[in-house]
Amino acid sequence: MIGITSFGGYIPRYRLSRETIVRNMAWYSPVIMAIADGEKSVANWDEDAVSMAVAAARDCMAGRDKRNLDGVILASTTLPFTDRLNAGIVAAALNMKEDGVSNVDFTSCIKAGTTAAISALESIETGRRNNILVVASDQRRTKMATTSEMFFGDGAAALLFGTNDIIAEFMGSHSVNCDFIDHYRGAGREFDYGWEERWQRDEGYGKIIPRAIGGFLQKTGMKIADFNKVIYPCYFKGTHRGIAGKLGVKTEQIQDTMHSVCGDTGTAHPFVMLISALEEAKPGDRLLLASFGQGCDVMAFEVTDGITGFECPNGIKGSLANRSELTSYQRYSKFRDLIAADLGIRGEANPDSALTILWRKRKMLLGLVGVKCRKCGTPQFPPMPVCVNPDCWTSGEFDEYEFADKKAEILMFTGDMLAASVDPPAIYGLIGYDGGGRTMLDFTDCDLDQIAVGMEVAMSFRKRYFDKERGFTGYFWKAVPQVRGGDI
Amino acid sequence: MATGIKDKVAIIGMGCTKFGERWNDGAEELMIEAFQECLEDAGIERKDIQAAWLGNCFDEASIGKSALPVSMSLRLPNISVTRVENYCASGTEAFRGAVYAVASGACDIALAIGVEKLKDIGYGGLPEFSSLMGVVNQLWMANMTAPGAFAMLATGYAAKYGLEIDEVRKALAHISAKSHANGALNPKAHLRKAVTEDQVLNAPQVAYPLGLFDCCGVSDGSACAIVTTPEIARSLGKKDIVSVKALQLSLSNGTEFAYDWDGAHFITTSKASTAAYQEAGITDPRNEISMMEVHDCFSITELVTLEDLHISGRGQAPRDVMDGFYDLDGGVPCQVDGGLKCFGHPIGASGLRMLYEMYLQFHGRAGERQLKNPKIGLTHNLGGFPFMNVCSIAIVGKYGE
Repeated sequence: MIGITSFGGYIPRYRLSRETIVRNMAWYSPVIMAIADGEKSVANWDEDAVSMAVAAARDCMAGRDKRNLDGVILASTTLPFTDRLNAGIVAAALNMKEDGVSNVDFTSCIKAGTTAAISALESIETGRRNNILVVASDQRRTKMATTSEMFFGDGAAALLFGTNDIIAEFMGSHSVNCDFIDHYRGAGREFDYGWEERWQRDEGYGKIIPRAIGGFLQKTGMKIADFNKVIYPCYFKGTHRGIAGKLGVKTEQIQDTMHSVCGDTGTAHPFVMLISALEEAKPGDRLLLASFGQGCDVMAFEVTDGITGFECPNGIKGSLANRSELTSYQRYSKFRDLIAADLGIRGEANPDSALTILWRKRKMLLGLVGVKCRKCGTPQFPPMPVCVNPDCWTSGEFDEYEFADKKAEILMFTGDMLAASVDPPAIYGLIGYDGGGRTMLDFTDCDLDQIAVGMEVAMSFRKRYFDKERGFTGYFWKAVPQVRGGDI
Repeated sequence: MATGIKDKVAIIGMGCTKFGERWNDGAEELMIEAFQECLEDAGIERKDIQAAWLGNCFDEASIGKSALPVSMSLRLPNISVTRVENYCASGTEAFRGAVYAVASGACDIALAIGVEKLKDIGYGGLPEFSSLMGVVNQLWMANMTAPGAFAMLATGYAAKYGLEIDEVRKALAHISAKSHANGALNPKAHLRKAVTEDQVLNAPQVAYPLGLFDCCGVSDGSACAIVTTPEIARSLGKKDIVSVKALQLSLSNGTEFAYDWDGAHFITTSKASTAAYQEAGITDPRNEISMMEVHDCFSITELVTLEDLHISGRGQAPRDVMDGFYDLDGGVPCQVDGGLKCFGHPIGASGLRMLYEMYLQFHGRAGERQLKNPKIGLTHNLGGFPFMNVCSIAIVGKYGE
C-alpha cells in the first residue's frame, strides 16, 4: 500500500477582507465588486513561497522522524531563486540529512503540486524510495484592483507520501497535459498576464477538468458516485458549480473552494483543499482530487483507519483559525511592495551575504541548530567553540541541538521606530527557550500592543531581507508571539 | 602582584570642544579645537608628547582606518599613535592606553584624544549597524538600533521588580529632566534647554517604552587629555594635581545573550565597578563618590547603572532617583555636565568628555555647576548592547587624597 502518511498546512495569519479591497479600489475597477465576498489570506511582508513551505513542512513533520525522509519536492510558481535549489532551502530549514536524499523543485505551472505528488508516488511504487515530502506553496503578486488580487490568497500545504502508517491510500491517477494558456508569467516578470475570463472559464476550467476526471473514471472504471468528496480548485464560482453539474457531482460531494476563507493559493491550492477534506474525513471515505494548469492531474485516495487519531499541530483548519484581520489596504500594499514608501537613508544599508558563511554555518542560519554541551547539558545558540555556561566553559564537546521546535517565552522586548522596517515599529526581543538557551530575535506576526514579557513564542522561518542589488533572498528564524485573535 | 593604577598617573591638561551639530567642521577641526585647549592647559608643547592614542568608533562613517587622521590633523611629530575602538568605551580606552603607557614608564607624557563626527551620515541616530556588526551577525541578528536594544531593558526591569512600565517611565523622566537641568548650565553642551518630566513622558515614542527625551542627542565632538607622572606634573609647577585612581574594563562573554541573565542589569558594570572600587580603595561608594558621569545613552541605561555601580540597592534606583539623590544638589550628583543626554554621544569622545567635567570640577572651573569640594569622581561607559557590551569605569580624584 502507498499513500499519504502525514499532512501539514500553513495559511498566513493575516486575512484581508475583499470588502476592504473594494472600498479602496473599486473606484478604479468596479468589476471587482462582483466578487467581494469573504476574505483572502495575506503573507506577511517577511514571508514568501519558501518560508511558507517550511511552515507547512514543519507542520507535516511534527513529531515524525526526519531522518527517514528520502527527499523533499517543492512545488511553486513563485520561487525566490531561479538557479539555487529552493527545495534545498526547505530541507536545510528542516535540518534534513544531506546524503542519500533527492530534493527537487517542480515549477512553472500551478498544477505542479499534484504533478510532484504523482511523481513521488510513482517513485515510491518502484520501491527505491520511501517517505517523500511534497510541499506546495505560492505567494503570487497581483496588481491592484484586479480580479487576481481578489481571488488569490497565500498559503502552503505539505503531504508526506510513503508506505507505512498510511492515512489515505493512493488509488491511481490520470493526467491531461495541454498548452492552454489561461494566464502566463514571462520569465523575470512580476505579475500574471491573463486572457479574457470568459474564455478561461468556458474553454479552460469548464472543459479541461471534466475531461481529465472523465478520463480517470474511464481508465479506472470507477464512478463519480464512488467518491465522498470531489476536490478541484476553480475560483470562478459559477464555473465550479458547472463542472460539478457536468460530472454529476452532487452538492454534498463538492469540496468548497475556500474562496471565502483564504482565496486560491495557486500551486498549493489542490493540497490545501485536499487537506481540508482529510481533516473532516472518516475511514473508508474516497476523495477525488483534480488540479488545473496547462492541463489537469487527477488523483484518487481512500482514507484508511489511520486517519483516526491522526494529528498535526495546525493543518489547514488550525491555520485558518489563527486569524487576524489586516484592516488596512495600505499596509497590505506595503507588505507586497506595491507602493513606494520611504525607508529612509538608514534603510539603504545593503551588506552582501557571504556565501562562504551561508555554507559554513548553514545549520545555524537555516536550521536554527545550536549545540548542547556534553559536559553541563546547556543548550546554546549561536554555536560557539566554548560552552557559554560560566561554570563550565568546556571546549568543543557538543552535540547538535535543534531550537526550531522548542517553545520559548519573551524575556524582554521593544518596538523600535528608528530601525528601518517595512512594518514599523521593528519588534524584537530576547527569548528564553523551554529547556534552556536563549537568543535575541526579530518578532513577527504581531503588533506591539499585543505582546508582553512572559508571553509564549514559537519559531518561524522567515525572509530576513531581500537584497535588491544582487537579487538574493536571505532567511533566518523569527519569534512569533502566540497572539490569538486581534485585528491589525 | 599587581598594584593597580592608583595615583601613578596625573592629568595635567584637558580640552573639549563644544558638542553639537557641527555641520561646518570635520573630525580634523574638532580634534585640533580640543587639542589646542588641552595643550594650553597643560602648558607644554606638541614636541613634549611622546605617544598618543585616538578613540573613535564609527570610522567607516567618518575618519577611516588607523590613527593617521589624528597624527595628520594635529601634526604630531612622527610619534607612536594608536587608534582604539571598543564601542562606546573607545574614548576611555584611548585614555587607558595613554595612562598605562605613562604608568609603565614607557613614556613621560602621553596624549589621549577621542573624536566622532556623526553628522555626516544624512540621518538621525547612530550609523546603521547592520553592515558594521560583522559578516556573520548581519545574517541573523535582529534588526536592532541602539534605542531599541536599550529600551528592552525597561521591559526586563519592570518584569523583574513587578513594576508597571509607567512607574519605570516616571523615574526615567526624572533622570532626563535632571540631566537637562544640568546641561542648561553648561556652555559646551549640545542641548541647553531644561525640560519638564511631563514633556519627557509625552514625547513621541522612539523605541517602546522610550520616548525622544529618553534618548541622548547625536552630536559631533572631541575631547582630550594629556597625562604624565605626578612627579613630572609637580616639576611642571602643577598644583591640585588630579590623578587616576582606577581604570577598569569588563566585557560580556555571551552569558547574558545566550545563557542566563535577568535583563535588568549589566553584569559587566557590576564587575567593573567592584574592581574599580577595590583599585581605588573605595569601600562605601554611596558615601565616598562625590560626582559621576555615567553612560546615559538612554535614561534606562542610567537607571540600571546606578544599581550596578552599587550606589543604589537592587530595585532601589527608581526610588533614589525620585528622591533626588542623583540631582545636582543630591547625595551623588550624576551627569553633572548634562550627560550624554545633553552633550550627545560622539562615541569616541564621550569617555574623555566625562573626565573633562571631573577635571573642571576638581579645579573649581565648572562655573554654575560647580560642586562644593568634590573628592572622588567616577565616569562610566557602556558600549554595544545590554546583552553584549563593553563597560569601562574610570575613577579620578585629587592626588594624594
